[in-house]
Amino acid sequence: MNILRKWVQVIIGLLTNAYWAFPFTRSIYQGPMKVICAPGLNCYSCPAATTYCPIGTIQQLMANVRLSLESGQFFVGFSVVGFIGVLGGIFGRLVCGWGCPFGFLQELLHKLPSRKFGVPRLLCYGKYFFLAFFVVLLPLLVVDEFGGGITWFCKFVCPAGTLEAGLPMLALQPGLREQVGVLFAWKFVIMVFFIFWSVLASRPFCRTTCPLGAFYALFAKVKLVRLRLDENRCTNCRACHAVCPMGVKFNESPDDAECITCLACMHKACRFNAISLEVGGIPLGVSPVEKDGVSPGTG
Amino acid sequence: MTGKQRLKKRYRLRQAPFYVIFFFLVCLIVGIAANEPRRILEQAVRVCLSCIGIG
Repeated sequence: MNILRKWVQVIIGLLTNAYWAFPFTRSIYQGPMKVICAPGLNCYSCPAATTYCPIGTIQQLMANVRLSLESGQFFVGFSVVGFIGVLGGIFGRLVCGWGCPFGFLQELLHKLPSRKFGVPRLLCYGKYFFLAFFVVLLPLLVVDEFGGGITWFCKFVCPAGTLEAGLPMLALQPGLREQVGVLFAWKFVIMVFFIFWSVLASRPFCRTTCPLGAFYALFAKVKLVRLRLDENRCTNCRACHAVCPMGVKFNESPDDAECITCLACMHKACRFNAISLEVGGIPLGVSPVEKDGVSPGTG
Repeated sequence: MTGKQRLKKRYRLRQAPFYVIFFFLVCLIVGIAANEPRRILEQAVRVCLSCIGIG
């Protein structure tokens, strides 16, 4: 199953970054596919990007909402929030586990041999702060004399933008190097920090900072596709704790907002078939014991 | 109670996800109707230098 997930991550990564003519054009893709929203965090200023980043776009729309309303246009981000909301309602953070190129990159970095550390649970609330303030409120409320705001998260934080767009654009267009200043240095430090942290801890950016992960996490209790715990079968052996890349204690909180539905607990850890995948309350694949109407805990 | 009835009782279809998906689907349609994708395309085909920390 993990191999299947890796393939899905690679395919989605390639589909959202399918413009491989950029070394020749020395610019970003400008075709009609840019009207499609990427499911994960994928900077649309990346030279290879064929889709737009939902977080970057929401900030742009929030930053310019006054100007668009003044000109009689109602561009407040309904289509973007609608798209990622539908994805969130169906999959929740499964999108992070299966469809985010930056999450995939962090997983690859974490495979590098080193001493491994956890991520303090308290830091996991940071991503909600970034979603509320850096993506919505600051771009909306802090405006210049013309009524325009700035993209706070992209500009001051996003390491994916620095890695996927900032560095490649500097390589492709040498003229831009003159404009590099303190801001880029700051963003470069953040990027290097998260790269090193990803080697030492599993998916630190997803867990502590990613506003898109925070948005999808809001659907933890109402998403259509989710993992289900059969309490009759669970022996509380805690094998699921050890394999979870997000630090979820699945038997204690099956609807945890951090769960990215990577299925590691189901396939790698649980020997008692206590964890299964369900769609809208209906399990995918009922075990032979259940088909007979007998549950191990009751039978 | 037969095994089938027991299963039916145990695995009740959850309705909340469908309401959530419907709500956001309406949002998506409203956004498309407001011609938001055109505006998104306009900004997505341009390199936003300040957004990536340059300039």
